[in-house]
Amino acid sequence: MARSRAAVRSQRLHPLTLRIMHWINAVAILLMILSGWKIYNDEVLFGWLHFPDWMTIGGEAQGALQWHFFAMWLLMANGVCYVAYGVWTGRFRRQLAPIRLPDVLSTLRDALRFRLSHDDITHYNAVQKLLYVGIIAIIVVQVLSGWAVWKPIQLSELAALFGSFQGARLIHFLGMAAIVGFLLIHVALALMVPKTIGAMITGGPPVDPSGASSAEPSPPHAAE
Amino acid sequence: MSVRSPSPSVFRPTTGVDQSILENNKALMAEIGRRRILRGSLSLGALTMLTGCDVTSDSAVQSALRMVSTFNDRVQALLFRPNHLAPTFSAAEVVKPPRFNAYYDVNDVSPVDGATWKLELAGLIDDKRQWNARQIAELPEQEWIIRHVCVEGWDYIGQWSGVNLRLFLERIGADLKARYVAFRCADDYTGSIDMATALHPQTILATKYAGQPITDPFGFPLRLRTATKLGFKNPKWITAIEVTNRYPGGYWEDRGFNWFSGI
Repeated sequence: MARSRAAVRSQRLHPLTLRIMHWINAVAILLMILSGWKIYNDEVLFGWLHFPDWMTIGGEAQGALQWHFFAMWLLMANGVCYVAYGVWTGRFRRQLAPIRLPDVLSTLRDALRFRLSHDDITHYNAVQKLLYVGIIAIIVVQVLSGWAVWKPIQLSELAALFGSFQGARLIHFLGMAAIVGFLLIHVALALMVPKTIGAMITGGPPVDPSGASSAEPSPPHAAE
Repeated sequence: MSVRSPSPSVFRPTTGVDQSILENNKALMAEIGRRRILRGSLSLGALTMLTGCDVTSDSAVQSALRMVSTFNDRVQALLFRPNHLAPTFSAAEVVKPPRFNAYYDVNDVSPVDGATWKLELAGLIDDKRQWNARQIAELPEQEWIIRHVCVEGWDYIGQWSGVNLRLFLERIGADLKARYVAFRCADDYTGSIDMATALHPQTILATKYAGQPITDPFGFPLRLRTATKLGFKNPKWITAIEVTNRYPGGYWEDRGFNWFSGI
């Protein structure tokens, strides 16, 4: 039943609900990163790394903390909706599964030879799938390490998973670094294929509402 | 507002506002016309527009963020587990001396004279008699080796001893159903915590660190140590305690830091 509903709704590559969640997430992640850098500056983990004030938001530490502890609700509420949506509509299964190692390797090979086709943006290649699944997992871990840093005593069982309080801080920092790394790749690739940005604003090309396309394993270089 | 409450809080000035200032400056006040204030407010408005690129200076955004912070107070109160103990550590792990923190530099600490020091009590307390250092020292003592977590992100393990705050509040006949316990300090620092945290087993009025009297920079002769809150929620050099239902705020809280600040 969920599938047939999804098929009716997913007449475009990115349904409106998904686009709204994508951009809310973009805002929330940016707020978290920029305020997080200001919070980090008060007690740096690495002596060589200090984020310039112009790259941060919140003004002083308390302002940055206020932004951080506001945006976390935005990120979590939106994230829960996104994961529920992805599972319920079958979008995760359709767009992100399966990920096979040979596909990943051949996509990487093609990418390095600049032979990757971008004609069909409705199917993610294996590397895209890996990155999207990876970033979802990293954000989940990031939320968990964030709770561990915020509540190391009340949630001491969770905090114990990260070792010590400083362990949780370090994981939270590394999670940020991974998200920033993803963002750089994500935005750079989107700029290289601008129609993907258009698709995330207007909805993109129509997809087969019968859902037939989801049954086929998406070829890593579909257009070849 | 000039009416004094029947039980004057030690948190309010003891003397009223000096009315003579008003009399002496009557002429000056008459000179300040309504027009000039209006003109002044206009240029103030223009000034705020100049900083339009700094979104955080927008007062609407700021008050929204403060509302979220108040919401977060409530979330934290719900998350708080009254009998859940913070991890404790061995004496070998204790950092000596503890790490200093205040709203000024360690060199600017003005020591408190233990011989003349008094602890005042106010608010919803039956027995508001003052306490001196000797009387405090006679109270039963307990010790906790717990982690101190600063809002900035650093932490250390400290060994604190003193009277359990719940026991002290019971001894002085405090209303344990009141909402807040507020503190005033010799350095004019103020702070307040929720009653649930005040009654937590690991919340004490500390007089000793690592078995020795607390040294001057760390709050001699009396400071709060609670295992379930950030460092700035542990006032040092306490001179007055008030039990109240009216939100007391605090030095950092009034400057935008989250009030509950539980860990």
